[in-house]
Amino acid sequence: MNLHEYQAREILRQHGIPMPEAAVAATPEEARAIAARLGGKVVVKAQVHAGGRGKAGGVKLAKDAAEAAAHARQILGMTIKELTVHKVLIAPAAEIASESYVGIIVDRAAQRPVLMVSPAGGIDIEQVAAQTPQQIHRLAIDPRFGLLPHQALGLGFKLYPNLGQARAAADIMVKLAAAVYAVGASLAEINPLVTTPDGSVLALDAKIVVDDNELDRRPEIAALRDASAEAPSEVAAREAGLTFIKLEGSVGCCVNGAGLAMATMDLVKYYGGAPANFLDIGGSSNPQKVVNALKIITADPNVKAILINIFGGITRCDDVANGIVLATSQFPLKVPMVVRLTGTNEREGVAILTKAGYSALTDMDEAVMQAVARAREQTACASSSTRRPACSSRASPGATAPSTPSRCWATAPRSWLASHPAKALSCSRASCRCSTRWPRRWRRPRRTLR
Amino acid sequence: MPVFNTVAEAVAETKANTSVIYVPAALAASAIFEAVDAGLGLVVCITEGIPVLDMTKVMPFVRERGARLIGPNCPGLISPNQSKVGIIPGNICTPGKIGVVSRSGTLTYEIIHQLSTQGFGQSTCVGIGGDPIIGTSFIHCLSAFQADAETEAVVLIGEIGGTDEQLAAEFVKGGMTKPVVGLIAGQTAPPGRRMGHAGAIIAGASGTAAEKMHALAAAGISVMKRPADVVPLLKERL
Repeated sequence: MNLHEYQAREILRQHGIPMPEAAVAATPEEARAIAARLGGKVVVKAQVHAGGRGKAGGVKLAKDAAEAAAHARQILGMTIKELTVHKVLIAPAAEIASESYVGIIVDRAAQRPVLMVSPAGGIDIEQVAAQTPQQIHRLAIDPRFGLLPHQALGLGFKLYPNLGQARAAADIMVKLAAAVYAVGASLAEINPLVTTPDGSVLALDAKIVVDDNELDRRPEIAALRDASAEAPSEVAAREAGLTFIKLEGSVGCCVNGAGLAMATMDLVKYYGGAPANFLDIGGSSNPQKVVNALKIITADPNVKAILINIFGGITRCDDVANGIVLATSQFPLKVPMVVRLTGTNEREGVAILTKAGYSALTDMDEAVMQAVARAREQTACASSSTRRPACSSRASPGATAPSTPSRCWATAPRSWLASHPAKALSCSRASCRCSTRWPRRWRRPRRTLR
Repeated sequence: MPVFNTVAEAVAETKANTSVIYVPAALAASAIFEAVDAGLGLVVCITEGIPVLDMTKVMPFVRERGARLIGPNCPGLISPNQSKVGIIPGNICTPGKIGVVSRSGTLTYEIIHQLSTQGFGQSTCVGIGGDPIIGTSFIHCLSAFQADAETEAVVLIGEIGGTDEQLAAEFVKGGMTKPVVGLIAGQTAPPGRRMGHAGAIIAGASGTAAEKMHALAAAGISVMKRPADVVPLLKERL
C-alpha cells in the first residue's frame, strides 16, 4: 500500500527525522491559512500516488498566501496519471545548497532491507542507477542488530565531507531504518535529503510503501489507505477478501491461485482476446467468494464474457459450482459464461452445474478459446442491433461442443486450433465461423424456457 | 495421532525430521523459528501473507542452523507414490522422470496435470513459493534435479517479479546438462501492481515476463508460450 507524501512525512517526523513543518489542505481556503501561518514562500504539492508530479504541473511555488490559495485552487481536482488530486501539501520553500538521496528497500536477492544513499538526489533513483551506478552506495542491514551507528556514519561521509553533516545524515538513516520496521515498510525514501545554506540537513520529501501483509497487525497504518485513489471495484474486492486488479479488456477472469490467474490472462491474450481483470479467489472453498467475484466482474461494463478457470486443490470444484449457481440465482448474468473445472471434486462440481442448466469444460485452452470467441460475438452483437437475439444470456453454448456442426471451429481438432489461434476465432458472419449461427439443437431449449 | 505441546517435544519423542506449517500469517514466522530451533532439517511453510520483514529475520536464523526452508506461500513438494509434504493433490501426479519446480500453486497443478495425462510422470514436484523472500530458490532445486538420478528433464515455472528466473538461467547455462523447459506467468500483467503473490510485481522496468523469457531462452531453456506447450517441448528435448 502506498502512503501519501503527507502521511509519510508525519511518520518520519514521529521518528525524529528533521523536516520543515508542513500541513495538508483540501480546499484553497485551508491552503491560504496554512501558507499564512508558515509565512514566506511555500510549495504547493499535489498529493497523489504518482511519480512525475512536478512535470504534470502538480507542484508549484507560491510567494505568499494568496498565491498559494490560487495554486491550490488550480491543483485540487486536477488529474495526474488518471488520478484526481483531493489534497495538497503546503510546505515552506527551503533554501537548498545540495540534494542527495537516502532510501531503504527490502531487497529480494539480499533477503534483507538494503540502505541506499546517493549524492545525486532530487531525481528518480532508478535513473541514477541506470546512468551513474557508481553514485549509489548500498549496505544490507542485518535485521538482528538494525543499522549500526558506524555503518550509517560511513555512508554519511559518502554524502557529505563535513563531519557535522555526515553525522546528521547518519542519524537520519538510523531513524529511517527504525521507521521501516515500525510501520512495516517495504520501501522508505527521502528524496531529496538537502543541506541548507546554514549547513543543516533536512528531509524535504518522503515516500513510504507499506507491505500489504503488515496491514492486519497495524490497523493505524491500514487506516491511512486512500480508497479514492483506487478503482471502486478493487476496493469492493479487497473488502470481500479477493485479490482483484482491473484491466482494460473484455474477458472477465475468475481463477483460483495467482499463478494460474496470470497464466489464464496470458492465454486469453494468446488466443487474441484481452483480459478485463486479474482475479484470484484464493485457496479457500467458500461459495460466497465466487458470488462476490462474479458480482465484481459483472459490474464492469467492458466485460463481454466471463471465464471461470478452476484447478481444484484445496479449493473444491463443488463449492465453486455451488457459488456459480448461487450467484446466477441472485443476479442473472447478462453476458455468456464459460466454466472450466478440474481437480478436487470435479465430478460433483460438474453435476451441480449440469443440474442447474450450465455445463463445464475440463480443458483450459478450450475454455479460454471459447471465452474469447464469446466476448468477440458479444461485442459484434452490441454493435449490430438487428442481430441482438442471437446473443445468449445463458451459459456457454460451446460447452455442448460435440453437437456443433463440423464447419464450426469448436469441433476442429485441438492441435489445428492451437496452431491457428487467430484463424480459429475469426468471426465472419457470412461464412459461419462462430456461433452467431449455432445449431438449433442448442437454441431450442432456450426458447422453450421462455 | 499423538499431540504435543511444543515442536521440540514432538521431535524428541518421535524423531520427526520434517515440519509443515499451516499456521496463520501473523504467527507463521514464529512457527518457522520454533521448527528450526527444534532441530528439524526440512521446514515447509504453506502459509500465505507473512510480512516480508518477518522473513528478513527468519532467513538468517534458518541459514545459521543449516535447515532447509521451502516456501512460504507455497504448495509444498511431492515425489509421486513415495512422499508428500504440503497440499499438492497426489491424484494428479504419476511417478516418472520429470522434475517440476515452480513459484506457483495451482499453475503447478495445471502443468503436472498436462504431464500426467500425456504420459510424462514426475520424479519430484516442488513449489518454492510466491513471496519475495523464500527459503529455497530455483537454483537450489535445479542443482538437486541435476544430481538426482531419477530425473531426466526439468520443468521450471516462474513468474514476474524479482530476478530468480534470470539467476536460474545463468545456473542452467553454467552447469546443467539435463534439458530444461520453462514457463513465465504474467506476460499481460501491468507494471507496479502486485499480482496476487506478494513477489509477483514488476518494479520499475525490471522483473517483466519478456525479460525473463529472454533470459531463459538465451540459456538454452525451451520457453513455453502457454501451459499446453509443456509436453510438445519436452518431447523435442528428450
